[in-house]
Amino acid sequence: MTDLAELRNEARPPTAVSSSGPVMAVQTMGLNAYFGDTHAVRDVTLDIPPNEVTAIIGPSGCGKSTLLRCLNRMHETVPRARVEGSVLLHEQDIYADDVDPITLRRHVGMVFQRPTPFPTMSIRDNVAAGLCVQPERALSRRQVDEVVERALCEAALWDEVKDRLRTSATGISGGQQQRLCIARALATSPHVLLLDEPTASLDPMSTQKIEELVYELRRTMTVVIVTHNMQQAARVSDRTVFMLSGEMVEAAPTRDMFTTPGDPRTEAYITGRFG
Amino acid sequence: MSVALSSTGRQGGSTKRLMRRRIASVVMVSLTCVAAAIAVVPLIAILGYLLRKGAASLSLSFFTHMPAPVGEPGGGMANAIIGTLVLIGIAATVGLPVGIGAGLYLAEQRGSRLANLVRYLADVLNGLPSIVMGIFAWEFLVRPFGHFSALAGGAAIGAMMIPLVTRTTEEMVCTVPQSLREAALALGYPRWRTSLQIVLRTALGGIVTGVLVAVARVAGETAPLLFTAFGNQFWSLKLTQPIAALPLQIYVYANSAYDDWHAQAWAGATVLIGLVLVISVIARLVTRARFGGGHD
Repeated sequence: MTDLAELRNEARPPTAVSSSGPVMAVQTMGLNAYFGDTHAVRDVTLDIPPNEVTAIIGPSGCGKSTLLRCLNRMHETVPRARVEGSVLLHEQDIYADDVDPITLRRHVGMVFQRPTPFPTMSIRDNVAAGLCVQPERALSRRQVDEVVERALCEAALWDEVKDRLRTSATGISGGQQQRLCIARALATSPHVLLLDEPTASLDPMSTQKIEELVYELRRTMTVVIVTHNMQQAARVSDRTVFMLSGEMVEAAPTRDMFTTPGDPRTEAYITGRFG
Repeated sequence: MSVALSSTGRQGGSTKRLMRRRIASVVMVSLTCVAAAIAVVPLIAILGYLLRKGAASLSLSFFTHMPAPVGEPGGGMANAIIGTLVLIGIAATVGLPVGIGAGLYLAEQRGSRLANLVRYLADVLNGLPSIVMGIFAWEFLVRPFGHFSALAGGAAIGAMMIPLVTRTTEEMVCTVPQSLREAALALGYPRWRTSLQIVLRTALGGIVTGVLVAVARVAGETAPLLFTAFGNQFWSLKLTQPIAALPLQIYVYANSAYDDWHAQAWAGATVLIGLVLVISVIARLVTRARFGGGHD
């Protein structure tokens, strides 16, 4: 089994340059994803640079969530789903035979559209959940507590829950639950954080908090966020990818995408003519 | 709204039709109300009658004393009460691991051919007459050993618990949102840990309720015990020996020719139904604690 933990050292220096330019955090090459006979993602070749926020936008059903779920091999957990092509995480193929998807997912965190705190666990145990399944990293109780505090601070939730870490995770508001899920994903120190419409079920105030958080996170990791909200993409991302009917239409720096889109379909979408 | 109202007034004969609908509605509501009342009459009638007949013989000694010989006043069913609890314990030991495991399998492998087959067979097993279960247990757990035993009786009613627990577990596990499974998988949980530590734990409240209902259901079973546990007039906790049980004791006493034994049978029936009621109430409380306690 390939030890993806080794990749962490290579990931950090943002100036790392190979012969073909800077090392990409994630690269997809000729990626196709299917649900049975449905061709959900069509031949996507995409570079996601490290320590940046990449937003994936597009109308409902365009395959943006599926593309995201290919990056941590969650796509294959759905019955009759399959993937063709390759995805490189720091130049290493995550679909290679010797890569264990369970190990991979500890390095590529994910947060979903709806908050998914584990209802039987306390706030603390929720954040620690990802740590406790790592057999190679047996941590003492104190070490776990430290990681929990760090993750909750990074998710800007510590001050709100520090006095009730032992209470049920379902007793906090929806926005807090979503930040708890982000903290849970951050606790394992992933290289890449995947966010699948993380604010779709939240109110504007909670949305703003999470957007500020996403903006901060890229200092320490690579973030890929799927959103159907173009303003959100414009606010939080460095690069934007536009998808339509399973195909990647365009990928460009966010500023360029929203001022001078290169493809007429992108322009039609972002000016609100469909979608 | 006003448009709809005025249109009924405009058409001829519509007030008549409205009247007819109202009458039909009242009649149907009354009929269903009567049916609902009839549905609860048996329970109330049984409870009332049992209390009237059984209360006279119920006393503390009924719970603490052994059966008295014919003609002697007093005596109790201490051995049968304990025997029933022992049998329930054996049944739970047999039925819970298998039932919960099978239910988890059915829920997690939904749609697979084997799961559909197992689900169908569990339903068939659920409908199996309990006397058949008793005969089967006699053939394989009594005859080879040459004597009746508590183990055989517990195994027989434990087998009856399996389909009940299986189906409840399956239903409860299916109520756990798929998003919770995905969240665990995305954190790097292996599938088996996701099933056991996240899904099963989340569904536990509902499963406990189902288990209690299954226990209440088999606690009163008589037929499977007739030729397995057999009953015992003496104090015995040996699992390899025949053991007394409330339903068996009631059966024997009610069939006897003696009035004081009849009275004891009524008292035994009251205790048995009380046991079942207590378990049902606990099941309800567990359910309420789970679904009404601020959790979703």
